[in-house]
Amino acid sequence: MEPTSHLTGTLPGDAARHPAGATGTPADATGRPAGATGTSAGATGATGASAGVTGTPLTIAGVELGSRLVMGTGGASSLLALADALTASGTKLTTVAMRRVARPAPGGPAPGGASAGGDTSVWAMLDRLGIRALPNTAGCFTVREAVLTAQLAREACGTDWVKLEVIADDVTLLPDPIGLVEAARTLVADGFTVLPYTNDDPVTARHLADAGCAAVMPLGSPIGSGLGIANPRNIEAIAAESPVPVILDAGIGTASDAALAMELGCDGVLLATAVTRAADPVRMARAMRLAVEAGYDAARAGRMPRREQALASSPPEGRIAPANNLDLAL
Amino acid sequence: MTAEPSAVVNGEASAVVNGLPYPLEGPLPVAELVGRLLPEVVVDGVPQGVAVAVDDAVVPRGAWERTEIRPGMRVEVVTAVQGG
Repeated sequence: MEPTSHLTGTLPGDAARHPAGATGTPADATGRPAGATGTSAGATGATGASAGVTGTPLTIAGVELGSRLVMGTGGASSLLALADALTASGTKLTTVAMRRVARPAPGGPAPGGASAGGDTSVWAMLDRLGIRALPNTAGCFTVREAVLTAQLAREACGTDWVKLEVIADDVTLLPDPIGLVEAARTLVADGFTVLPYTNDDPVTARHLADAGCAAVMPLGSPIGSGLGIANPRNIEAIAAESPVPVILDAGIGTASDAALAMELGCDGVLLATAVTRAADPVRMARAMRLAVEAGYDAARAGRMPRREQALASSPPEGRIAPANNLDLAL
Repeated sequence: MTAEPSAVVNGEASAVVNGLPYPLEGPLPVAELVGRLLPEVVVDGVPQGVAVAVDDAVVPRGAWERTEIRPGMRVEVVTAVQGG
């Protein structure tokens, strides 16, 4: 399926709202898209092949990240396969979860569960690859759990960055916006750089930014669903309004979803299982890297206006006229 | 809420480590507990990528030697794993 035709169907009114293009964030005179307010000033976009792949870097809390693709590590079949996929993705920021270490059984090997250190630890692997770890609070259903998990992560991983998740229930895995905002306030006051995983609701995103979060990370669709961006209008609205970077988080299924997120004005994309559960994770990781770059450039290239009818791009003059074929020549 | 394991199991005093009873012969420094659980993560005497909370409060690494685990305390020992 061609992505743009899908979008035309879901965003019929956008040509009127945004003359520069329905789904691509319209660029203003400086080439700066409406949703890029969280990126560093003076963005002119990558306007040519020589401009490199990302233009201005994604900057969160004053830290320039070398990639706009944030990866997760969940769902990978092995650490080796994960390392290859992370490298292919070009990511510089990757999530990890915090879990209890396995308790060694008396007189036997350690039971299944978290193991740390050596060559088998995701922590050590990220260190080797030079990728910044972004601990999350996945699996936390209460403010208290999320705050303590974040504090443990800060101690374990030596970073005050946290992907804050406060999940409403274990069936939908949707964020609980009330607990999320409360936990965000608590952690910001405790000195954390908070990147909250949130709903695709512009008002919740506003509350999170007001609470001092360093970015907002709205979902495209439920975690692990691969359904893409269910509500592109809301994502576009969040990106247009947010004073901090917007990273589309959750729901990405394939490369066109990631490109769309960027075209809607997002500053980055976070995904995990779209890569780790692909049949060829390394190839999909590369596809995601290219899609994020393509979407970033497309959003800043000032897409053509949509038209209701066809418009020939070849000149009408000078067409040939074979005998008895005048109708076809038209 | 699940019932917390008792501080006394089979007549022995114990703490609760990662949700399971952990028998104590006496006060146990956090650093020693971590060394027992994760001997492989200690590099130059410093465990990597591990954090400890006792009774819902993080114990900073610098306080592991002097913080003792006593019967009835709830201890969480966590590390970074694949996820998110």
